[in-house]
Amino acid sequence: MKERLQQLQQEALEKIAQASDLKALNDVRVAYLGKKGPITEVLRGMGALSPEERPIMGALANEVRAAIQSALEEKQAKLEQEEIEKKLASEAIDVTLPGRPVRLGNHHPLTRVIEEIEDLFIGMGYTIAEGPEVEKDYYNFEALNLPKGHPARDMQDSFYITEEILLRTHTSPVQARTMEKHQGRGPVKIICPGKVYRRDNDDATHSHQFTQIEGLVVDENIRMSDLKGTLQAFAKKMFGEDREIRFRPSFFPFTEPSVEVDVSCFNCGGHGCNVCKGTGWIEILGAGMVHPNVLEMAGFDSKKYTGFAFGMGPERIAMLKYGIDDIRHFYQNDLRFLQQFNRA
Amino acid sequence: MLVSYKWLQEYVDLTGITAKELAEKITKSGIEVETVEVLNKGVKGVVVGHVLEREQHPNADKLSKCLVDIGEGEPVQIICGAPNVAKGQKVAVAKVGAVLPGNFKIKKAKLRGEESHGMICSLQELGIESKLVAKEYADGIFVFPSDAPVGADALELLNLDDEVLELGLTPNRADCLSMIGVAYEVAAILGREVKLPTVELHETSENVADYISVKVEATEDNPLYTARVVKNVKIGPSPLWMQTRLMAAGIRPHNNVVDITNYILLEYGQPLHAFDYDRLGSKEILVRRAKAGEKIVTLDDVERTLTEDHLVITNGTEPVALAGVMGGANSEVQNDTTTVLIESAYFTSATIRKASKDHGLRSEASTRFEKGIDPARTKEALDRAAALMAEYAGGEIVSGVTEVNTLKQEEIVVTITLDRINGVLGTAITKEEVATILTNLKFAFTEDNGTFTITVPSRRRDISIPEDIIEEVARLYGYDNLPTTLPVAESQPGKLTPYQAKRRKVRRYLEDAGLFQAITYSLTSEEKATKFALETAEPIRLAMPMSEERSVLRQSLIPHLLEVVSYNRARQIENVAVYETGAVYLAKEAHELPEEKERLAGAVTGVWHAHLWQGEKKAVDFYVVKGILDGLFNLLGLENRIEYKQAKRDGMHPGRTADILLDGNVIGFVGQLHPSVQKENDLKETYVFELALTDLLHAEVEEIRYSTIPRFPSMTRDIALVVDKDVIAGDIQKAIVEAGGELLKEVTIFDVYQGDRLPEGKKSIAFSLRYFDPERTLTDEEVTKVHEQVIKEVEEKFAATLRS
Repeated sequence: MKERLQQLQQEALEKIAQASDLKALNDVRVAYLGKKGPITEVLRGMGALSPEERPIMGALANEVRAAIQSALEEKQAKLEQEEIEKKLASEAIDVTLPGRPVRLGNHHPLTRVIEEIEDLFIGMGYTIAEGPEVEKDYYNFEALNLPKGHPARDMQDSFYITEEILLRTHTSPVQARTMEKHQGRGPVKIICPGKVYRRDNDDATHSHQFTQIEGLVVDENIRMSDLKGTLQAFAKKMFGEDREIRFRPSFFPFTEPSVEVDVSCFNCGGHGCNVCKGTGWIEILGAGMVHPNVLEMAGFDSKKYTGFAFGMGPERIAMLKYGIDDIRHFYQNDLRFLQQFNRA
Repeated sequence: MLVSYKWLQEYVDLTGITAKELAEKITKSGIEVETVEVLNKGVKGVVVGHVLEREQHPNADKLSKCLVDIGEGEPVQIICGAPNVAKGQKVAVAKVGAVLPGNFKIKKAKLRGEESHGMICSLQELGIESKLVAKEYADGIFVFPSDAPVGADALELLNLDDEVLELGLTPNRADCLSMIGVAYEVAAILGREVKLPTVELHETSENVADYISVKVEATEDNPLYTARVVKNVKIGPSPLWMQTRLMAAGIRPHNNVVDITNYILLEYGQPLHAFDYDRLGSKEILVRRAKAGEKIVTLDDVERTLTEDHLVITNGTEPVALAGVMGGANSEVQNDTTTVLIESAYFTSATIRKASKDHGLRSEASTRFEKGIDPARTKEALDRAAALMAEYAGGEIVSGVTEVNTLKQEEIVVTITLDRINGVLGTAITKEEVATILTNLKFAFTEDNGTFTITVPSRRRDISIPEDIIEEVARLYGYDNLPTTLPVAESQPGKLTPYQAKRRKVRRYLEDAGLFQAITYSLTSEEKATKFALETAEPIRLAMPMSEERSVLRQSLIPHLLEVVSYNRARQIENVAVYETGAVYLAKEAHELPEEKERLAGAVTGVWHAHLWQGEKKAVDFYVVKGILDGLFNLLGLENRIEYKQAKRDGMHPGRTADILLDGNVIGFVGQLHPSVQKENDLKETYVFELALTDLLHAEVEEIRYSTIPRFPSMTRDIALVVDKDVIAGDIQKAIVEAGGELLKEVTIFDVYQGDRLPEGKKSIAFSLRYFDPERTLTDEEVTKVHEQVIKEVEEKFAATLRS
């Protein structure tokens, strides 16, 4: 009996080893471990054994059964694995074929620059003020210390609609309007982005429509050194931590003193190159301390309040930053141009 | 303003400072020096030569053979092609070995068989611009005055060893439109003195009153008029030094009298006019506004018709000059002029600007009057001009000045404290430093315990308030020395307004949905202005447009977006998807500002999606664009308040256009362009939309509130309904939703069929209905009950049958 059991184990293990698929393996299981299988049969013959031999044989039979069972399981796992691998191998694809494209647009380079500047100043506690593009002569000029007949009006030939209404030539009227709304009480801390219009022929460097961003801070004890510090912080964030700024005296009717602001060239770092025309500096802003007439006209006491204002051109900044050579690109909307500003 | 470095030294000591260094200093302290031009364009070896003999070249009609003494040994033979070369002239000779502009080297040459040892030069050949060369030398060589020393350096005599600084003056610095003004500026920067010209007058015993009387009617426009008479002048060339200074300043020399008036204009910034006294036709001057339609022929021989806005100088009846702009041809100084009336007047800027603009005449004189001159110099300039005419035109000065003076010149006194200066600048400048700056500016001032009281000189008309003094101090103290600080104030959070934040999200959404942001012009043509507009108003037209194409403000963004599509298609970009946000302008009353409403518009054409190797290719159609807009309304939380209604609009396909309604009000439209519009613009199938962005973003929406995530299963039932072709899906869907009541949570259309398998004129629409109750599991029976009710209602309402 013992020999029979050992022989059965031997046979079964051999057949398991030979089984090449799950079906063959199942046949082996049924053949050896089934109710009509030889091991069951052997066990049925146990009655003929002596009481001493019975438990020994019983144990042996269970051992054989267990060995076959475990061999079956092992083989099953192996076959299943093989099957999966075969299936997966048949499912292989060419990963180099192109993916299903996701169609993406992107924002205009001017929006890109404007939003970057907006966010920078929002971070410094500014809010964004907006105003009409068709503006009263009063807000565009007079409230900004440019009375009728002022020689500086020559500097900005304008699109008038009537004698009193025109397309704004700068975003400064938003400053005048915002100050007026504050009714003589500070602080005012705004930037004003928007479209402006001038009577220029469109060419590589001129556009009858362009954008501007102005900033205005009015409060007690605002100093010109605050303007310098603010613009320095802006220049570093916008153009790089190594940037420096410098003020050059200038003239705007709505500020006194007035300055032009240069940023050390972000292309060459100030050594002189094509971008900065060899000077190491790039003119980027006009700025100054708000003229007392402007404060007074908007209802602020110029003895108590001071303020600074600055203005810049997103087109110019974008042209410098991205090396764009013609301002007309911004308004032609050639997709081959727009697509270039798609990175985060 | 062009400033000769050499000439400037007459008024301020420039020892130790080169022209370039000076330019840098001037720029740093306030006036931008745009260029420093070296007048010598590389010329070497040109001397004064004396033409001893001149004869016709034996072999060439147009050439002269000259024997010229150039101050070195034997005279040399030079062949000259200039028509005006003559025996006895002093001329500029480029010797053999000399270099002319453009690195042109002079060599010994043979011209038509005759040797030439050098070249007699014109001024142009020495690098002077043609427009600056006096007319008499314009087509030939230049002739020096007879006292020019032979062999002397011609460049030096012509002042071509000079450098010229070009100042880019801001409108407030009209004081620097004169050499003396620039001298004050430079003196302030360098801390040096200003040397003013001295005027010595030798007057005759006659009285000017016997020659001329002056009356000013328009005293508002002309608060100060002064005049002198100089008799027995002899018209001729002005001295060479004066001519060269004028040329350096960009003015062409003319004759001594005219040159002197121009010289004084440059020196004092005071425009003068010289009349031929004998041609005035009377003994009086009357300054008045022109009569409408009155005419004058100006010095440039143009007849000009005047209006009452223009100021004229008359001889009592006839205009003899357009005041401050240009003299009249009838009283022009000519070669036979012997008596000159010099006018030195102060005309106010507005009237001159008007005249100069109306007549398109911008002269050195009008520019200065427009920007404002210093009336304190008016008389001194007149005296100096008379003295120069006596000296360089042989004139005799008739005694006295005739003057009409209604000027109310108030002295400007500004008071400012040191604390205010430092408070505004953020500096710690000392009292002494401020005093030094004011002293260098030559401002009269007193100081008492930190309070400065400054009397502003009349030349600095730009200074009238304390802030102007702060600026003077700041720029001369140096902006580089300004500290860097940040505003010390209660900090307040910066934030986008809800409108601004939403607008940004809308833009980002559309970009992520595949559209590119375009920015187009607000100005358009009258024809395009109202096309596609959601609302129209009377077009707003510019008073003076630059072109018809940009003459009117737009009322819709679509026309320019179509231009963008066309522009790209013309460059082989067939698939275009663009959007724009921007204002449209709707007129109100003429005296009111128009209403500006922000719109969102888009234009989409071509293939929307292509993944070719997997067989996917989808052209843009109505539903592509509608899907994008649906996503947008979702983003704004408006999806349940939006409705699409078939609509007819100008320029749009009548069967493929929908108005978009928010809470029942039209806020936009979407659809395909009318095929005829497509053809006109050379477009293929193109879809556009325009929405009233202002209204969309201002629509109030509920705050986000969490609702329980369903814990019970839902049940889905599908139905396919066969209806007449013209029944629209939206109506059926609405009816289903109504009939479904509380339990029906979602209705989806998953199939639309029309074709052979259905009777003619019918279509089938399949809906999937999802029922569920958040509180419990629904039973089959109750869903069936509701569902059957739904079917019954749509069957009745739309004569629908269930498709089996």
